[in-house]
Amino acid sequence: MTDFAVKYAAKLAGVGLCAEGEPFFVVQDAELAFSHAGDQRQGVAVAAIQGLGAAALLIARPIGACQMTVLALAEEALASGAGFVVPGDCETRTFLHDLPVVRGLDAPGLIEALSRRKGCIVVADGQALLAAAGSVSPEQAFVTASSMAFACFVAYFAKHLRDLRAGTMTEARRAVFAAIRAQLDQDMARLPGEMPELLPGPFADEDQARAAMVQAGRFVVEYGLVDSSFGNVSCRQMAPSGELLLISQTGSSLDELGGCIDPCRFDGASCVGLTASSELTAHRAIYDGGPALAILHGHPRFAVILSMDCERLDCPGLGECHRACATPRGFTTDAGLDIPIVPGEVGTGPFGLCNTLPPALNQGQGRPGAIVYGHGLFATGAVDFRAAFATLLDVERFSREEYFRRVAALDAGAGPPRRK
Amino acid sequence: MPGQLHGQCHGWTGRILLVDLSTGRHETRDLPEDVRAAFLGGRGLGGYFLRDFATLPCDHPDLPLTIASGPLTGTDAPASSFCHITTRSPLTGTVGDASAGGRLGAELKRAGFDALVVTGRAARPCGIEISDDEVRLTDAAMLSGLPTHDVFTRLRQRLPHGSLAATGPAAESGSLFATLLVDLYHQAGRCGVGRVFGLKNLKYLAVRGRGAVRVADPAGLARAREDILRLVNASPALMGQQGFTNFGTGSLFDLMDARRMMPTDNFARTHFPPAGELNAHAYHTRYHPLKRGCEGCPVDCKRLSADGRPLPECDAMSHFTALIGNDMIELAMRANDFCACLGLDPVSAGVALACHRELTGEALDPERVLELLLGMGKGEGPAARLGRELGQGAARYAGAHGRPELAMCVKGLELPACDPRGAYGLALAYAVATHGGSNLRANPLSHEVLRKPVATDRFSFSGKARSVKLAEDAAAAADSLTVCAHLLLATGMEEYARAFAAVTGQTATAGDLLACGARIEYQERLMNAQNGFSAVADDLPARFFAEPGSGSPDIPVPPVPRQEFLAARAAYYRIRGLTPDGLPTREMAARLGLPWPDGSPAQAAGEGEGA
Ligand code: SF4
Ligand SMILES: [Zn+2]
Repeated sequence: MTDFAVKYAAKLAGVGLCAEGEPFFVVQDAELAFSHAGDQRQGVAVAAIQGLGAAALLIARPIGACQMTVLALAEEALASGAGFVVPGDCETRTFLHDLPVVRGLDAPGLIEALSRRKGCIVVADGQALLAAAGSVSPEQAFVTASSMAFACFVAYFAKHLRDLRAGTMTEARRAVFAAIRAQLDQDMARLPGEMPELLPGPFADEDQARAAMVQAGRFVVEYGLVDSSFGNVSCRQMAPSGELLLISQTGSSLDELGGCIDPCRFDGASCVGLTASSELTAHRAIYDGGPALAILHGHPRFAVILSMDCERLDCPGLGECHRACATPRGFTTDAGLDIPIVPGEVGTGPFGLCNTLPPALNQGQGRPGAIVYGHGLFATGAVDFRAAFATLLDVERFSREEYFRRVAALDAGAGPPRRK
Repeated sequence: MPGQLHGQCHGWTGRILLVDLSTGRHETRDLPEDVRAAFLGGRGLGGYFLRDFATLPCDHPDLPLTIASGPLTGTDAPASSFCHITTRSPLTGTVGDASAGGRLGAELKRAGFDALVVTGRAARPCGIEISDDEVRLTDAAMLSGLPTHDVFTRLRQRLPHGSLAATGPAAESGSLFATLLVDLYHQAGRCGVGRVFGLKNLKYLAVRGRGAVRVADPAGLARAREDILRLVNASPALMGQQGFTNFGTGSLFDLMDARRMMPTDNFARTHFPPAGELNAHAYHTRYHPLKRGCEGCPVDCKRLSADGRPLPECDAMSHFTALIGNDMIELAMRANDFCACLGLDPVSAGVALACHRELTGEALDPERVLELLLGMGKGEGPAARLGRELGQGAARYAGAHGRPELAMCVKGLELPACDPRGAYGLALAYAVATHGGSNLRANPLSHEVLRKPVATDRFSFSGKARSVKLAEDAAAAADSLTVCAHLLLATGMEEYARAFAAVTGQTATAGDLLACGARIEYQERLMNAQNGFSAVADDLPARFFAEPGSGSPDIPVPPVPRQEFLAARAAYYRIRGLTPDGLPTREMAARLGLPWPDGSPAQAAGEGEGA
């Protein structure tokens, strides 16, 4: 367990969420162990993990724009008396429900919050900390912490635009927003921008297809287009045993896909894909109804934020947008990509995205990508992952620019520029 | 009365029904608030009623047999219509319990009872019929010896409404792994709870309740329900294209073989080459099954063939093929149906057959399999004598033939269809489970194979001791609330605590429910200790530490490393607050609010035989 604690502490720093050496894990089976020695939060963390009886506990301080967005929402939750932040994106909401906010870093507060929820936000000394516990592995706490950071980022920017539209923005919040934006520009500088070299298709065999999936998954994470524990990737490949839908496993790390790809038979004669991504049904329907041979699914942050921006403040469907929006929505990027936005929840329920996403992607000759409201982008390729990756990059770049264009337009008191 | 809200409290009715079969009398008692708070319901309550009688032999009239619902039973909380049956196991001598789907629990609750506690022994086979406040004992002698579906058909003619539960011939003929069938195709399958019904001469239960369960905060329950359903819908194992909702628990079959953990030839091997032709897809192609499920469950994991036979669950699919060397799907289907008709646990039956096959070298052709099952379940037919012997369980059979090492059991309970060499958390969970070899106490397959909540290394003991302890606590809470164990593959106490709080009006966190689970587990440890169970019994058959499984080039399956297993078990004992010998301590019992049992000498479990 200690090696996992060290690994996931390093991973939080590696993706730029925390400073190197800062995230602190305590793990226990029968004995306690730590991701690093000498952390001044050790006393609190030990008391908390013992009080909870948990297997792992993480305390981590996000940096950069993440720190600022988490802190802004957490302080607002404390000031309003709500005591928790509700994620804006629907995938995080599915798994985390809400994020309790605790004032001050002490064991009783952590125990209280973490015996209710998988993770919480701690506001202490003017900084926001993320705390999370796990019952089987430090990875759980890692997944929860990175999900909380993503959720707050998306919720903050989405709320800012919504409040601008509603006319409830204050000058103080505008100032905070400007600071966060400046910080974000700095943060973004660490991400690569140029299209990476991806293995070209068509793939000769299953092994080549798997190698291409592993590579694409790694780049999607490296380019900041998804947190490692979310997203999925698949391709359609002929094999001696028949046609296969190769897909990343549920809960796999997209940047560590080796050994985590399930071969699902197109003829359905085996359930060996029981561990496949929860979006297997959607992927299958996309392949069945259109020309795609490869699918990449990421959670690019501004594409998600933009999908939640709607001008219809008096819509009768408000509150159900994420799963039942009946208005045809979407945008066209500068590069001419036509991207619809559809509602849909994770998986296969009556509101599942498996019902909405495939028809949107398969309309006409097939579309390059579609955004699921408040969730993420699914991009397709007719040969390999190159086109899909380019779509992810282009849509996210466009979405970020478009987001700030809309903010600027609303700030200027005019309506937002109408694109499509 | 129809529509009546029961009792003053929310969630629970606050009443239990005691029936003494010896005198034929029954009475209603209050269920005290502190007992509800400490033990919730279901399995917790069953243990609470058992603990003062835990050392009685199974044929003692004072031994209680408890059928308990939980605070969530009969509400809109998803998959919560279960009840839990608790007594002492005649098969193992440990606490013996099984959860039952269908709607027995929900009807009992709506009739106004949190639990039915049966003691005594009727002079003749009898039934208990409950219709709201009305309780009566009936003569059931004419149902004796009938296959279960005939019992259900006859009872249904007279009792068109409500839930029915009945035993089959196995419970009467003395099989120690007899089951109770609930609503025709839900088995309360393990530990031989059906045999205790037989020993009490209780043939069936018929329960109809037309009241309603009081819910403190219906809007809060609706929110909790939505959170739970969203997670269920996001679960590949439950609702995915290849999940339980589409293929039943048989979904797991292919994965067990692919991961090289399909018990084959009495657990001598872990891969069965014909498995691909015997999987859930093959059943669906051949039997065009109808989808069935428990009341209020979104998954509907049960399957009935077009001709009305239940499709085997994953364990039975596997044990009636790979474990006994059979590659005929129709034989597995028939063997499973035989078990349902006879009221036999297919898991124990399969392991007993495999044990006999290995011990004698006898090949089991289809006719022989069915003969032996008939012998086990009814003590009749060409294999009556051998069948009766096997019906005492693999451990007694192998022991009597001088080959105890060939019984693939823990504490005398036969192992289900997942090989512990392929998942070390599972190996530990099997060993320490309070009712013996079962994965129902903690389900490490959830993370070791199904990757939830995250994937763990299945060939490592690192972190497994605590994860088993925590999963046991969660399962004990779920069995007591009552919630179907399958739902824990997608949700947890975090979500069900919200449902519990909304139903009962009491604030509760996941941590609070897990603490109840820990108390319930420890209470079972206390009872087992009274009956002489210690670390020696918390162990796996030697085969798993000595022989490798059937690995493949990329999945080597070595024997379970013995020293690491012992270290993990020692860690588990420390985390659970047990002595190095696996025994409870006074301090821990006191900390959990459990009384220290009187030093009454342990007695053997069943019908004069040793535990
Ligand atoms: S998952 Fe299956 S056993 Fe569980 S409640 Fe649903 S139908 Fe019943
Ligand atoms: Zn996603």
